[in-house]
Amino acid sequence: MLDDVAIRFRQNIGIVTAVLLFAVLYLLYNFAHPKGFSSAVLVQNGDEIFALAMLAMAQTVPVLASGLDLSVGAVMTMVGCFASYLLTGVADGTPLHLEIFGLHLGLGTFPGGVSGILLGIAVCLAIGTLAGFINGCIVVYGRIQPIIATLATGAVYIGIALFLRPTPGGKIDEDLNWAMTNSLGDFAATVHIFDDGAASWFAPVAWIPVPFVLLILIALLVWVPFRRSVLGRAVYAVGSAEGAAYMSGLPIDRAKIAAFTLAGFFAGCGGLFLAIQTSSGNADIPQAGAYTLNSIASVVIGGTSLLGGTGSAIGSIFGAMVLRVISFFFRIFDIAPLLQPLFEGLILLAAVSIGALGVLRVKNTLELFR
Amino acid sequence: MSSASLSLSRDDRPILIAALFILVILVAGTVYTFARFGSAPLLSPTYLLQQLQIGAFLGIVAAGMMMVILIAQIDLSVPWTLAAAAMMATSIGGPLAIPVGLGIGLLVGLINGIGVAYLRVPSMIFTLGVNAVMRGLMVAHTGGYAPQTAATDLMRMLAGDRTLGIPNALFVWAAVSVLVTIVLQRTALGRYVYAIGNKEAAAYLAGVDTRRITVICFVLCGVAAALAGVLLAGYSTKAYQGMGDAYLLPSIAAVVIGGTNILGGRGRYLGTLIGVVLIVLLNSVLSIMDMPEAGRQVIYGLVIIFMLLVYGRGERVTS
Repeated sequence: MLDDVAIRFRQNIGIVTAVLLFAVLYLLYNFAHPKGFSSAVLVQNGDEIFALAMLAMAQTVPVLASGLDLSVGAVMTMVGCFASYLLTGVADGTPLHLEIFGLHLGLGTFPGGVSGILLGIAVCLAIGTLAGFINGCIVVYGRIQPIIATLATGAVYIGIALFLRPTPGGKIDEDLNWAMTNSLGDFAATVHIFDDGAASWFAPVAWIPVPFVLLILIALLVWVPFRRSVLGRAVYAVGSAEGAAYMSGLPIDRAKIAAFTLAGFFAGCGGLFLAIQTSSGNADIPQAGAYTLNSIASVVIGGTSLLGGTGSAIGSIFGAMVLRVISFFFRIFDIAPLLQPLFEGLILLAAVSIGALGVLRVKNTLELFR
Repeated sequence: MSSASLSLSRDDRPILIAALFILVILVAGTVYTFARFGSAPLLSPTYLLQQLQIGAFLGIVAAGMMMVILIAQIDLSVPWTLAAAAMMATSIGGPLAIPVGLGIGLLVGLINGIGVAYLRVPSMIFTLGVNAVMRGLMVAHTGGYAPQTAATDLMRMLAGDRTLGIPNALFVWAAVSVLVTIVLQRTALGRYVYAIGNKEAAAYLAGVDTRRITVICFVLCGVAAALAGVLLAGYSTKAYQGMGDAYLLPSIAAVVIGGTNILGGRGRYLGTLIGVVLIVLLNSVLSIMDMPEAGRQVIYGLVIIFMLLVYGRGERVTS
């Protein structure tokens, strides 16, 4: 029994480190913050963490299959630009049209109201998922290396986003923005459930920020079932030894497509939330690149090997939170904004280098060349 | 035809197809300009030389990037290595400007190489961190504004002036190309690079100091990026924030379009050269067509996918 725990601990040392690091940093942050341990601070942090956490989950799945998805930031940006058209919440609906090569094509009216918003959310997530599915098909049937295939599709997705939003703009329903980016109590009050959030049994949980609830729901309802499915196991198997997985009769093609599709779905969730949070669509290329790179950093800090086969999306969520908390500290300790990129880089380098010190203990040099 | 394509080696086919695609771009662009403006600027040597002069910076970056990709690594620190070299060179000024700029590249490459080769941190993440550090250092150094310092006369001469009607930047690019070709094809270092890219463990067992070679490759990549930065500062007479951001992905794309395997161990420098020309010409045709940024990105992505579907397909894993 004790051996079992010890083995599990050793196998998950990466994720345990990430959780502990996050816990320590976040406690310190709250002690240092004048309004620490309050719902307001938690809500603000939740809003800032959510999009990166989703992208970190998105990056994890292809990485587990020893691929890398350089298009997650682009998918996020593209879905956000779609959302700024589909989630306006105007009661009469939003007329959509397409201008291409001087042609003006009417595309009918997208429904408004609550049903329209729900439909809009579904369409946005479907677009993200489709983008991921296309990535997967190009990687599997085109047999192009994931890193370069997603580099190319990422350019295409950014192009579509720029086509939709050459300049930042658009609009998101205010109620939707309020409901999704505040605490559960505000959510209940906005959508009029549980006596507008005043029900007595509801009070103990009313302070929890909605983004955290969404994060936990997505992790429990999407990631955990996927990991336990045959496809999910096949993703891990492909990542640790593709040849062996093939010889064992695992569906490696479907596993890879599923990995990229799920990445597209997660990235879509991130883009949807970012659009709702900022109430606009913005085809910001540097931001898309920064999110992609930070998602890779989160995956590594969260204990997932870039070689594939070991790790978990839960760890990546904590990796993303560690990255974000570090930037929270800059606000607390009044570090000049100019020095922030320097500290971020140094901390990232220190984290991965300390994690790599194990190589100094390796006795057989050949073990290094896996 | 079939015997001709059979006799082409695995590494030559991509180069030939990419070269054909360059012709397609030239023909399509010329047809377009002739129909719309009644002229053919794409076929005028002056215009082509001017485009190649701009392409020289990308070409030098891609040459360094290729050394790193050949050993199955990647260098994401290129953008701010390039910018840092340019900024330090302009702020030092005088005769030391270029040596200091290149020294920055050497130092960054050394750090990258040690992190990747000796600490065994995946290059994807280590160079990403180094890039952030370099960006931080430069932002702190310049205060986040465009530096006021100007490029030295030598830098301007190397990047902007012409000798016998040919831009000097092309001579620098040609010198780098000759050097890389000789290193890859005629020296032991070149053989080691391909060996490491194919199987590092095998190269190690064969007695190659694989870690030292890895460091050397990263140093070469850093110096190449720094050289491009120094020249780019000379071309635009000063350094500016984010001047390297536009070079990372195109340089990787150029290397890959030229037939170099992104997993290392295979590829010829001639391919990278062709890949750079292809990307530069594609860009100039798109700007002649007044293509908005959205369309450029889409076409850019589709061209990469198309080229790789034609010749860059991997083998099916069956054991």
